[in-house]
Amino acid sequence: MQIDLRTVSITPLRQTFNHIADRLGGDKAASRYIEATMDVQANANFHYRPTWDPDHMIFDPARTAIKMKDWYAFKDPRQFYYGAYTIARAKMQETAEADFEFVESRGLAANFNAAAKKTALEFYLPLRHVAWGANMNGASMCAYGYGTAITQPCLYNGMDQLGIAQYITRLGFTLGEPSDLDAAKKAWMTAPQWQELRRLVEDMLVVKDWFELFVAQNVVLDGLLFPLAYQHVDNALQTQGGPVVSMLTRFQSEWFAESSKWVDACLKVGAGETAENKALMSEWTKKWRDRAVKALAPLATQALGAQGDSVMAELTDQFNARCNKAGLAV
Amino acid sequence: MDMKVAKKLGLKERYNLMTRDLDWEPSYQAKEAIYPFLEYEGIKIHDWSKFEDPFRLTMDAYWKYQAEKERKLYAILDAFNQSNGHLGVTDARYINNLKLFLTGVTPLEYMAHRGFAHVGRQLAGAGPRVACLMQSLDEIRHAQTQIHSMSNYNKYYNGFQNWRHQHDRVWYLSVPKSFFDDAVTSGPFEFMVAIGFAFEYVLTNLLFVPFISGAAYNGDMGAMAFGFSAQSDESRHMTLGLEMIKFLLEQDPANVPIVQRWLDKWFWRGYRVLTLVAMMQDYMLPKRVMSWKEAWEIYAEQNGGALFADLARYGIKPPAGWVQACKDKDHLSHQAWAVFYNYGAAAPFHTWTPSAEEMDWLSSKYPDTFDKYYRPRYEHWAEQAKEGNRFYNGTLPMLCTTCQIPMFFTEPDDPTKICYRESDYKGDKYHFCSDGCKDIFDHEPEKYIQSWLPVHQIYQGNCFGPDADPTSPDFNPLMEVLKWYKLEFGQDNLDYEGSPDKKNFEAWRAQATKN
Repeated sequence: MQIDLRTVSITPLRQTFNHIADRLGGDKAASRYIEATMDVQANANFHYRPTWDPDHMIFDPARTAIKMKDWYAFKDPRQFYYGAYTIARAKMQETAEADFEFVESRGLAANFNAAAKKTALEFYLPLRHVAWGANMNGASMCAYGYGTAITQPCLYNGMDQLGIAQYITRLGFTLGEPSDLDAAKKAWMTAPQWQELRRLVEDMLVVKDWFELFVAQNVVLDGLLFPLAYQHVDNALQTQGGPVVSMLTRFQSEWFAESSKWVDACLKVGAGETAENKALMSEWTKKWRDRAVKALAPLATQALGAQGDSVMAELTDQFNARCNKAGLAV
Repeated sequence: MDMKVAKKLGLKERYNLMTRDLDWEPSYQAKEAIYPFLEYEGIKIHDWSKFEDPFRLTMDAYWKYQAEKERKLYAILDAFNQSNGHLGVTDARYINNLKLFLTGVTPLEYMAHRGFAHVGRQLAGAGPRVACLMQSLDEIRHAQTQIHSMSNYNKYYNGFQNWRHQHDRVWYLSVPKSFFDDAVTSGPFEFMVAIGFAFEYVLTNLLFVPFISGAAYNGDMGAMAFGFSAQSDESRHMTLGLEMIKFLLEQDPANVPIVQRWLDKWFWRGYRVLTLVAMMQDYMLPKRVMSWKEAWEIYAEQNGGALFADLARYGIKPPAGWVQACKDKDHLSHQAWAVFYNYGAAAPFHTWTPSAEEMDWLSSKYPDTFDKYYRPRYEHWAEQAKEGNRFYNGTLPMLCTTCQIPMFFTEPDDPTKICYRESDYKGDKYHFCSDGCKDIFDHEPEKYIQSWLPVHQIYQGNCFGPDADPTSPDFNPLMEVLKWYKLEFGQDNLDYEGSPDKKNFEAWRAQATKN
């Protein structure tokens, strides 16, 4: 049964702001995502050029070689504005917290298969540094990108990567000792199998074109690393010692599934805009993919042994298929 | 929580492993290539690890607390909107404060978001980077919660609907816009002093507190809710600003004079923006919280004074404009409102003369100046308006090249004489409202000659729509500029008396409270 409560009803003069109505093609009620996102960035009459980048305006579409008629075409399918974003992440962190607590309270880490534990610590812990690089890159894309529609989720994504670096650190606390974090950092700095990856991450930190950085980080490196780490290596560890690591890395696997939807949507929009964009984005993707595959291969072998190479081959195929489906030609 | 680990690791150590320890010394790329902007301002940092984290929030805790605050805030906004809460404000004049806020301040919150993303990428220390990125995230929150909170007012009142367009074009909105453009185009260290310190720490109390208290005093639960919800974010930002300045001062004695110059500059830049707040407090809130002068005495003279006393140990002196700002407190709001009253046709919010009772309040708060200098002016205008001659100034004012405010400020020691200063640079003459603004220009003329000065732009013909025809005999430049501003003449502007806002508010309130 439905009951209707009455409120005093007055007729509004308008439904939304004029720039939003222009976007919606008329004065219609707009979602909170749309009002908080569309055209929020200033785009005209900047007063001064940045002293740190006098060749550009404060916000300048020329900071990337990608060209768009409308930068607000990059809408986020998750419709994340700050409130929706933090509420979504708060739910995920609640689950993660419960998982960590479960593992800890049942002593699951202590009983975890020793060989699996060693593999997990050696493979996962240095990845906290990779996530830290990704955090910096997210900040870059947000700072130098163009249009709130894409710069906003770039910062959210970057902060997610900081959260991921912290969850990996906690995995270290739970499965091992703080000294394991030191050992992992040492491996990151000096062990030969990590150096290609560290070189790749450091090279990404100096990429000037923010959309190339988007491709290198969000499309390529995350697109290959997350399935490797949180599907294949996780599966192997499950077989060896049960789901402990799966519980401690659940945030990452759920995050990747969600974030990929946004990344794919951006690829579709960017590559779908012009043939030049498509060619350039495909070029970038191939360039960084080849480097990422090379950088991840020794780590796949370290964690998966003889399976490593075939897993990398499979991942590369899947990655290419994903990119092509999103409109690239790789 | 892992009890085993909690025993072994202190909070600080644990937080360190969660943040700074994630960083490493790069070897495949040079540090200068990764952080290219750290040298050119002359600031010397010897040891980034000496930066003390002002708060220790990991991302999981951040998401948890912030989501909780967001849930509460939006629940309040929904309830406020559903119950037509806007009809409960003191009177519809109050709503003009919100228009000023959405068009003038909210875009700055957004700029702070992008600015802190930039600085949070560029500082070479892991500790300050994390703190800046969290602030970047907070700032987009503030921009968005303000947009959402005012979205409902936009449905019923005029002057909100083109906030984005107007912020980048309208004459007085270039004051806050140029302020933030100035900060983000500065080097990363100057940005931190400008926004992190001078704005968040020294001046936030004078912007945020009066505005949100004004909302509370005037029955605006919507604005109150975002204000109260932002309070804990703001205190984090203030702590970060203070920590950054102490860090800079402690790193090298050579930093002290650089920081002092920035404090001088940004105190004055910020103080000039506060002109808008002063008039809001004294003239635009139907129910006053306190006078501008009282706010200045509490938040600037007492709190700010204590802060500068504390910084004296580093060799920092109170900002150069401090003495003048303290002298101006008796005049600022009256002069500012008079100018907006003058240009009431050219701004997308309403102006009015204070009522007799309000003038008495002003006399009591400003016993030395209001009756002597300002009351006669307002009474004259009120009288004229009563006779049907509401005064609208149809000419364009001269703007200060630095702060971009019309040149209406008086000499520090003579409230009857307009203050003019000028500088010559590369064959052109530049005009300023004060010694403070002239000093800022003289130090960085190459920056300020770029200023997009709204009045100059109008005279240069850059503020007309594509269909405007200056050769047509009935060409009215003012009306063409207002069209380009997307300002609906007779709806968004002019006196509050006779405005659609007033009429609608009264009719709706009657509908909601009578049978």
